[in-house]
Amino acid sequence: MTPEPTAAPLVEIRSLSKSFGARQVLRGISLDIAGGEFLTILGESGSGKTTLLRLIAGFEQPESGEIRMGGERLDTQPPYRRRVNTVFQSYALFPHLSVFENIAYGLRVQHAPKEEIPGRVNAALAMVEMTDYAHTPPTKLSGGQQQRVALARALVNRPQLLLLDEPLSALDANLRRAMQIELKALQREVGITFLFVTHDQEEAMALSDRIALLRAGALEQVASPREIYSRPATSYTAQFIGQTNLLEAEVRGGKARAGTLEWAANGTEGKATFSLRPEQIGLADPALPTVGDNTRFRGRIRNQTFGGATDLLEVSCHDGRVLKVRIASRGPLEGEREFEFRAAEAVRVRATED
Amino acid sequence: MYTRGYKLAVSVPPLLWVTLFLLIPYAMLFCYSFWAVAPGGATIVHSWNLGNYGELLHNPMYLGVLFRSMRIAGTVTLLALLLGYPLAYYLSFRAARRKDLFYQLVIIPLWVSYLVRGYAWKTILGSDGVLNGFLQFLHVTRHPVEFFLYSPFAVVITLTHIYTPFTFLPIYASLEHVPRNLVEASQDLGASPIKTFWRVIFPLSLPGVLAGATFAFVLTLGDFLAPLLVGGPSGIMISNIVVSLFGAAFNWPLGAAISLSMLLLVVGLLFLVERVEKRLSFS
Repeated sequence: MTPEPTAAPLVEIRSLSKSFGARQVLRGISLDIAGGEFLTILGESGSGKTTLLRLIAGFEQPESGEIRMGGERLDTQPPYRRRVNTVFQSYALFPHLSVFENIAYGLRVQHAPKEEIPGRVNAALAMVEMTDYAHTPPTKLSGGQQQRVALARALVNRPQLLLLDEPLSALDANLRRAMQIELKALQREVGITFLFVTHDQEEAMALSDRIALLRAGALEQVASPREIYSRPATSYTAQFIGQTNLLEAEVRGGKARAGTLEWAANGTEGKATFSLRPEQIGLADPALPTVGDNTRFRGRIRNQTFGGATDLLEVSCHDGRVLKVRIASRGPLEGEREFEFRAAEAVRVRATED
Repeated sequence: MYTRGYKLAVSVPPLLWVTLFLLIPYAMLFCYSFWAVAPGGATIVHSWNLGNYGELLHNPMYLGVLFRSMRIAGTVTLLALLLGYPLAYYLSFRAARRKDLFYQLVIIPLWVSYLVRGYAWKTILGSDGVLNGFLQFLHVTRHPVEFFLYSPFAVVITLTHIYTPFTFLPIYASLEHVPRNLVEASQDLGASPIKTFWRVIFPLSLPGVLAGATFAFVLTLGDFLAPLLVGGPSGIMISNIVVSLFGAAFNWPLGAAISLSMLLLVVGLLFLVERVEKRLSFS
């Protein structure tokens, strides 16, 4: 659920660009972050997502453009004056300080009242369930435990914005899923704005209020996970987030035609690209008539991959086109079958060169 | 895993080497330190006694020179740290692309013979030397200043120059090993660059500081060339006494006793340093 849009966003990023030598890493990024939201910057490695985070944290200087937080210029401030804290990918815990002192670090250097420090540190330790490890050196902790300490160390300062740079990528799959759930719950609890960076689209979908998909230094689409999944704006988005069938079609007279496939489609006539998710195609019952704007087609099942709850089929149509179809698992299937999909589920996307 | 023959072949040469060139000489030194020079001073008599150690403890000359040596070693260590640390910090954190060049500039003096560097200071500090010429040129002094050369001051300057690279190297190595994301994390948590230095960088570089200080102290304490070249009578150090006892004075037993005492001192120091270093390293 997206939080109610407030009058002014917490963070405003305007035409932000950054190059390293001849390589342009960010190309005029503009993005608003609402107070209290969980926004994920999703992108492949090299898309510029970590650079964007480092610009907000203050470890890099922008080439042009600006960043504002709460209406004030942020990008002209040194990192230690920004009310922004970071959870680093490698955690970056201080090896010479105990877990307790790691968490107390921010409070001490910013001269928080001395009598306040133990209480706040202990509360932060309790929040991430690390109370028993207060006096352990961080080098003795497992990856998941270090992760929790890094989170507590950042949150204890009550930042306005928390930056998380692929914090879960070093954890194994099971622990990562458990931490995702905890992280999301924690974010709701503390109400701090989270800016999360990841290359893992499933993680982005599971955690975020909104996803900003970054591609080669430019934003491809910014939307809620559901919207970005069901209404991808571009063919890149459709392919990057989940699986899809991209159909190059010709739109004319309220119909789209791609080979032997034909379905109802409005909008500009001419060439168009459509994204059709595999799970939006189902097996049709030939005994029943077609309902609504459903479109049927026949195809031969070339391959069936068992995936637990669902099976992925590779269906070869009469025109040679191969479509991916995801259906509820139901035992081996073969031969030619009739399939159907709702025309509205074929989403028209902007074609992007790969 | 390995055959007996192979094990023998790889372990015998080093053991032989250590025995021949370390253990036997030390054992001989140990024995000599309990012997004495016959009256008349021509031969050494093998009569076991603690006389040499007593002489070392009771003759104020030896203790005085030993304390002076330690004072000089302490001063050189301090100066080498004060020069070496900022240099190492600059190279590691600030020099960026000029890093390699500066590193070479620090290393190059090590290729130059110790003697050449010693003589260089002789020409700089002497009464007709570069420093006096410069001071007179500036009209700071009218006559050559005599106390620059042949003094503990000259020894300190020369040894600081010679041993600073030895202090610099371990400090530089430890600074290079400070993870840069810790520096970022510190600033991210609100620490200014100065606070970051004192709370993160400096504590993490302490093993290097300790190693560098040990190098400077131990090497200076055992030095005898610099006092010989630029020290004069007032700049004599303990090793010069050992040299003369084994040479012109022909008192090998006393020389051996002083040598072993020094050795014990240094080994004790190294033992202590190692224990402290274990507490300071966090990898």
